[in-house]
Amino acid sequence: MTDIPLLSLAVWVPIFGGLLVLATGSDRNAPLARALALLVAIVGLVVTLPLYTGFDVGTSAMQFVELMPWVPRFNINYHLGVDGISVLFVILNAFITVIVVVAGWQVIEHKVAQYMAAFLIMSGLMNGIFSALDGVLFYVFFEASLIPLYLVIGIWGGPNRVYAAIKFFLYTLAGSLLMLIAMLYLFMESGGSFNILDWHQLPLGIEAQTLIFFAFLVAFGVKVPMWPVHTWLPDAHVEAPTGGSVVLAAIALKLGAYGFLRFSLPIVPDASLQQAPLVITLSLIAVVYISFVALAQADMKKLVAYSSISHMGFVTLGFFMFNPLALEGAVVQMISHGFVSAAMFLCIGVLYDRMHSRQIADYGGVVHRMPKFAAFFMLFAMANAGLPATSGFVGEFMVVLGAVQFNFWVAFLAATTLIVGAAYTLWMYKRVVFGPVANDHVDKLKDINGREFAFLGILALFVLAMGLYPFPFTEVMHASVDELLRHVAVSKL
Amino acid sequence: MNFVVPDFYPAAAEIFVAVMALVIMLTTTFARSIARSLGYFLSQFTLIAAAFITIATMDGQVSYTFSNMFISDLMGDFLKVMIYFSMAIALLYGRSYLADRNIDKPEYYLLAILMTLGMMVMVTSNHMLTMYIGLEMMSLALYALVAFDRDSARSTEAGMKYFVLGALASGLLLYGMSMVYGATGTLEFSGVAQSVYNQAANKSVLLFGLVFLVAGISFKLGVVPFHMWVPDVYQGATTAVTLILATAPKLAGFAMAVRLLIWGLFDIAEQWQTMLMFVAAASIILGNLAAISQTNIKRMLAYSGISHMGFMLLGLLSGVVDGERHFALNAYSSAMFYAVAYVIMSLASFGMIILLSRAGFEAERIDDFKGLNKRSPWFAAVMMFVMFSMAGVPFFIGFFAKLAVLQAVVAAGYFWIAAVAVVMSVIGAFYYLRVVKVMYFDEPLDTAPIHAPADVRVLLSANGIAVAALGIAPQALMSICAYALLASL
Repeated sequence: MTDIPLLSLAVWVPIFGGLLVLATGSDRNAPLARALALLVAIVGLVVTLPLYTGFDVGTSAMQFVELMPWVPRFNINYHLGVDGISVLFVILNAFITVIVVVAGWQVIEHKVAQYMAAFLIMSGLMNGIFSALDGVLFYVFFEASLIPLYLVIGIWGGPNRVYAAIKFFLYTLAGSLLMLIAMLYLFMESGGSFNILDWHQLPLGIEAQTLIFFAFLVAFGVKVPMWPVHTWLPDAHVEAPTGGSVVLAAIALKLGAYGFLRFSLPIVPDASLQQAPLVITLSLIAVVYISFVALAQADMKKLVAYSSISHMGFVTLGFFMFNPLALEGAVVQMISHGFVSAAMFLCIGVLYDRMHSRQIADYGGVVHRMPKFAAFFMLFAMANAGLPATSGFVGEFMVVLGAVQFNFWVAFLAATTLIVGAAYTLWMYKRVVFGPVANDHVDKLKDINGREFAFLGILALFVLAMGLYPFPFTEVMHASVDELLRHVAVSKL
Repeated sequence: MNFVVPDFYPAAAEIFVAVMALVIMLTTTFARSIARSLGYFLSQFTLIAAAFITIATMDGQVSYTFSNMFISDLMGDFLKVMIYFSMAIALLYGRSYLADRNIDKPEYYLLAILMTLGMMVMVTSNHMLTMYIGLEMMSLALYALVAFDRDSARSTEAGMKYFVLGALASGLLLYGMSMVYGATGTLEFSGVAQSVYNQAANKSVLLFGLVFLVAGISFKLGVVPFHMWVPDVYQGATTAVTLILATAPKLAGFAMAVRLLIWGLFDIAEQWQTMLMFVAAASIILGNLAAISQTNIKRMLAYSGISHMGFMLLGLLSGVVDGERHFALNAYSSAMFYAVAYVIMSLASFGMIILLSRAGFEAERIDDFKGLNKRSPWFAAVMMFVMFSMAGVPFFIGFFAKLAVLQAVVAAGYFWIAAVAVVMSVIGAFYYLRVVKVMYFDEPLDTAPIHAPADVRVLLSANGIAVAALGIAPQALMSICAYALLASL
């Protein structure tokens, strides 16, 4: 193992790089800002690669740990480390950042430096969330990451952006402040420790566990988002610029789900078991009801946003059935959704950049003018619907298999929804891409250029690779998932 | 009867400031032609030199002088340095603003220095009379400052309102002090504490007096139900005065609460804690709810100040639980940290209003901040730092301030107050976010370039950076607060 503080680099390279990009100033220097942002994003990705190659898959312990006192007055430490679950998200995040920078290359024309800087800083903060092992450090990154996303939606978003940005901020803030109280309680109970790993071992009564569980449920449930606190997501997605939607779907939603794995399940296992039926019910509502809502959407982005909620429902469903297959499937689903939803939003972005409309009704016959694009879009739509041999299939299939062991009817409901998922995705695809050329605007469309081909192509490779051979992903997380379940099975009462 | 010459050494800074106040008065009277800049530079010199004197005479010991009416301890010294510091910054921010309006008269600086002296006396009093004298010295200077723009009807009205209500509050405080005197037979804080500890005091008279003391303190801090003056006075006073009003006096008010309640009446802490609990909860609720509908940013910040003072009280009310006192130091130092953090944020927020104002134009409406990101990205970022900090979002100092007091409240087991504070913080975030929203998402109404002297720009930038830097590394300031209290208790 090396002595280089890789996780600190993963966190701070994008943040300081972002500040540097910000310093390039006005739009006169836009080419410089773009080039610098790409360089920072690539360096940010490169420093995360040794996390994968140097990762010891045989252990569930935290790796690449860094520990320094930060605020000794309250025993708050700068404590970073990753296990098999979080390491994947750090790398995914760094990867998506590169994609976002490339995707915004030509599209963003005003305040380029601020746009690029916001995404880079956000990427660093999110790496911080995935690798923080100190409660306050986690909270600090968790909250601070709201600021850049708030600005991105509000500055570069669509017509109703202000409403969406404020709604997004207040929903998430409300959830996370409750979490802060829970953390302060844990700090007190543990005799003055903010170390998350200490909290994992802390014995707690069932009443305290239940209260803490609900505080975490609200905080992370808003972020996932779970039904019925999901309403901020479609608004935020519709109004956000393409890059914002990509980060939101691919990374930000994972923060909530990750929170369940790092906080809820290991810290309050008894309450989690007790309240599992509630979470499973909410997840099933998300999976079934939201799928039908998606079916009725006329706006492509809204449709994919609702489909995200439904897919994230599979994730929370997988967490709370407490068997290794479902849990591992849920994590795979998170990674896969990171690729697929990012790709879906990028595809919609490609269309939007040309037509400035997201209404399905404005399109038709795109395949005649954009055949290359149509092929990519097809692949991603299939992955979104969960077609075998794409990454979307693996996670959902594992969760459904796990559900069969848990309860037949839960599995039945979840599985039938896959049909609805296929229906809304493919129906949208059919209306947009096939048929005769709908109007003059569509007639004038130009096929994707090299830059667009590059980022869609890379994502397509990952979606296929993960669908055909998911072992490199599951191998990394295996030990950590097993350990998590072993830990949850031991009562803390 | 033999006269003992008191030890002047612990009061060196106070004596120096008092002398300098006279020097400023005399020199500016005779040197009319350069009076304005002379007044300014002499007051800045006074504040800086006083800071050096305070630091030089600081020995970490608790010492009494003037027949135990005066106390010199580390907490007092630290708060005094913070008071000089915030007054110096406030005078610097306000200078060109006042000059633009032709009200930068030397009396302004004289009143500011007298007010500083009043605050210093409050911070270092060990006797109810000294406390009262310091309070009146500060308040009288402030009444005059609030009405300083005498051609403005609003300013005069605000001065009048502040004066009448302030006089009433002083009366309440005096009445409370007389009750405490009646119950304990002494006005000296340590004597009061001794008498209460020995249970020699008449409990019902003492509690009756306590109610009035808490009322007086609440008025000076501007918390519910004695907050009525805050929005009107903040809005009515010229922004340079509002800046003074919203910063250093909060530290003096904190010191007053600590001296009266903790030095004097610690043994009946559970009684005043209960009162403060309702005061704090009501302030946080009312301050945040009322701020939402404001369109004037000074008024909005006034309501936000009410809620911040409520938050600060959360630290003071979590010291003693079921007779257990081992939380006390932690709780009180978190309140002190909150007060200092609030002053730093408040300086920057009113400083921004001054920065955007110019001759004949007051940037008082929230709409005046529209599109600031297009006019000056850097100062938009400074204002954003301050707004997020006030909302309690990390990486800014306001987050650690809130964390510290909430930690104290949770440790004391008052979960319902913590829940109120948290719910209201979310509501509060809305109006802070709105300021960020107008700066970043809206088009500017006013495209005039920002015109401000270089010293204001530099210091305001430093102030904004401090809000962020202290949020990344809050440990030093937190430890100083804790250590100052520990050495003084």
